Amino acid sequence: MKNKVLWGMAGIFIAFSLSNCRPNVPGSVATGDAASKVYVAPGKYDEFYNIVSGGFNGQIGIYGIPSGRLFRILPVFSLSPESGYGFSEETKPMLNTSHGFVPWDDLHHIALSTTNGEHDGRWAFANGNNTPRVARIDLRTFRTAEILELPNSGGNHSSPFITENTEYVIAGTRFSIPIGDNKDVPISTYKENFKGTVSFIHVDSVSGRLKIAFQLLTPGVNFDLARAGKGPSHGWFFFSCYNTEQAYTLLEVNASQKDKDFIMAVNWKKAEEYIKAGKGKKTNAKYAHNVYSDETHSATSTILTEVLQLDPAELKDIIYFIPCPKSPHGCDVNPSGEYIVSSGKLAALIPVFSFAKVMKAIENKDFEGDFAGIPVIKYESALHGEVKKPGLGPLHTEFDEKGNAYTSMFVSSEIVKWNVESLEVLDRVPTYYSIGHLSIPGGPTRKPHGKYVIAYNKITKDRYLPTGPELTQSAQIYDISGDKMQLLLDFPTTGEPHYAEAIPAEMLMPKSTKIFKLEENKHPYAALGEGKTKVERKGKEIHVYMTAIRSHLTPDNIEGIRVGDEVYFHVTNLEQDWDVPHGFAIKGALNSEILIMPGETQTLKWLPLTPGITPFYCTDFCSALHQEMSGYARVSPAGSKTELKFSTGKIEPQASSAGQ
Amino acid sequence: MKKLFSILIISVLFIGCGPEKPKEKTENEDDSYESIHDEAKNAIAENANEGKGIGQVKEVKLNTPLEQERIPRGLAIYEMKCQACHKLDDQRVVGPGWKNVTKRRKPEWIMNMVTNVDMMLEKDPEAQKLLELCLMRMPNQNVSIGDARDILEFMRQNDGEK
Repeated sequence: MKNKVLWGMAGIFIAFSLSNCRPNVPGSVATGDAASKVYVAPGKYDEFYNIVSGGFNGQIGIYGIPSGRLFRILPVFSLSPESGYGFSEETKPMLNTSHGFVPWDDLHHIALSTTNGEHDGRWAFANGNNTPRVARIDLRTFRTAEILELPNSGGNHSSPFITENTEYVIAGTRFSIPIGDNKDVPISTYKENFKGTVSFIHVDSVSGRLKIAFQLLTPGVNFDLARAGKGPSHGWFFFSCYNTEQAYTLLEVNASQKDKDFIMAVNWKKAEEYIKAGKGKKTNAKYAHNVYSDETHSATSTILTEVLQLDPAELKDIIYFIPCPKSPHGCDVNPSGEYIVSSGKLAALIPVFSFAKVMKAIENKDFEGDFAGIPVIKYESALHGEVKKPGLGPLHTEFDEKGNAYTSMFVSSEIVKWNVESLEVLDRVPTYYSIGHLSIPGGPTRKPHGKYVIAYNKITKDRYLPTGPELTQSAQIYDISGDKMQLLLDFPTTGEPHYAEAIPAEMLMPKSTKIFKLEENKHPYAALGEGKTKVERKGKEIHVYMTAIRSHLTPDNIEGIRVGDEVYFHVTNLEQDWDVPHGFAIKGALNSEILIMPGETQTLKWLPLTPGITPFYCTDFCSALHQEMSGYARVSPAGSKTELKFSTGKIEPQASSAGQ
Repeated sequence: MKKLFSILIISVLFIGCGPEKPKEKTENEDDSYESIHDEAKNAIAENANEGKGIGQVKEVKLNTPLEQERIPRGLAIYEMKCQACHKLDDQRVVGPGWKNVTKRRKPEWIMNMVTNVDMMLEKDPEAQKLLELCLMRMPNQNVSIGDARDILEFMRQNDGEK
């Protein structure tokens, strides 16, 4: 009997040690004072904002660190059933593309704007991975301010990384595709016809407006991730490339053949010189540029038709390849700007390249050959050194201010801390389970705040109460202020976070927008005061200029709408106090409801289909009399002569005996 | 006592109803909050006792004839930010009608109510009576002191002053 139990236990032990991605039983290694380190007392604030990509939900989650509390889900590339983003007439143009309206995309990476390589708290950028786009988020309003589509891109994964002063946001194509006039070619002609592109998107330093400055044409490979140089390496950009085999089928096998792929080093200052010298080629393209205005409270979408391209195979000294083992994923530059860390997913070591050595190798033409006409620098000539046996499946690296690097290990499910200069492994902690990206506040900048590292894990399994086959995503916070990393907290996240950044709360909190001023509202259908409310008919269109204030809608009685009309409710929230939104919903609306912030105007389109009386109401609990905040719209049959009229608070004599 | 009790119940009700979030001060409120602490609480009490309300406005000088340039500005602000709840006659809708408000209240009280409404509803007995009557907290409409002065002049005109 005793033996049986022992064997059973041994069996369980073996089962656990065999199941991959599961280095430990669900127990916790959080110890000692962990709880007090993440406890944010009621009424107190977190130290950091964590701005977290939502992956396949196309949104961004805003969390507090160290509490791990979720504050907001901010829609970027996807419709929002909370704010009405993408449903209201004003926000629909934000999701317009050259393909038409795309309601949902896949958002992977975040880049927070920097000045001199340090966070400046102005904007966050995010990539649309599927239908290639880059978005700019205003960190005063926490809203998507702008979306720019990328032509000649097969998928925008290597994006939106930024240069030291936010001069450029870059967008490297994940999938190479045929570019130019003849795109209808056999897939098997990859080597001959497929090209990669890297777009350099200029960011206006005042308005933040995005514009594609130029695109680099590259050999057909897959671009994965990237980082800009900083300090001494400012002016350069580094991209990880995989599938240098140029495979077009079963990439799992066929793109994993070579021992080394590449890091692509781009001298973007040189590219700028070529552009200035008129070497760029204007090519036809079709892509959407969508901009939201906080004055008109509306977005516009413009289709652009031209892009400037540079071909580095013809124009020398723009790009160089550095061999890198093996299918590199992350490509990260340390705070001093001297070292480039690239993580080969399939490699058992982490190569660290030296920027000074790369420059010297280029100067001495220390090349081992070329790839599709681009010089390939000798591996040893560029190498600072290798981190030996760091763990399995290195993906991404962040840095602290003490010269240490922290690399996520997907396969062995751990974070490994090592010294950038000595390349010595210093510590390792397990993650639950299978960590993807990781984030240190300020980690990609020249000024990290090495207090915490946050792990965004790919597998959740048994970390939380189960909710059927679909589970919340698992993130974890570790204290890295001491020599040893210490697990503090698990916290659930939505979507599937990829990259995230964290920024000190005091950089964003003081400038957070509280209200939109009515005096600055330039929406063409705004009713700036209850006296300005009205209902107008323009043919089949009916425009209701409506106001909302605690706790009534004006007008709240509308008659004269006919079946077949298009009714636009333009609702202006007259409140000027923080955190007093009003909502608007009307029975049978086929698109959505809307939520209107103080001082804002938003529009819901409604197509009445049947005659009768249709109620509408405020959906956001606003006051003790919120339940009273409602109204009626009368719909008459098509062609009826019912007079168009509207009112609030007007009591008419009862014309019929009903109710008497 | 009975009255005080019902005020208490009402304030509890409103706290329970949610829209009033934990105190977060806007710049203006911050100033007034500090000035309250600086100048000792007695001064506030005196101000409130004199019927001048609580806030930055301690003394308003009214001129006769009316300052004409203020009136259209006051009207414009009224139409944008106040009209939804206040009529110009003596009819109460959401809030009290404005007819004769300048005869019932001191000018300082009116301007403090407009610019410092949260503090007024918390501390000023007259403001609290109105809350009890209307059952709706007057919203902070983000009105500056200068704008409140324009509104006051428009109110005086509405009350028949020349």
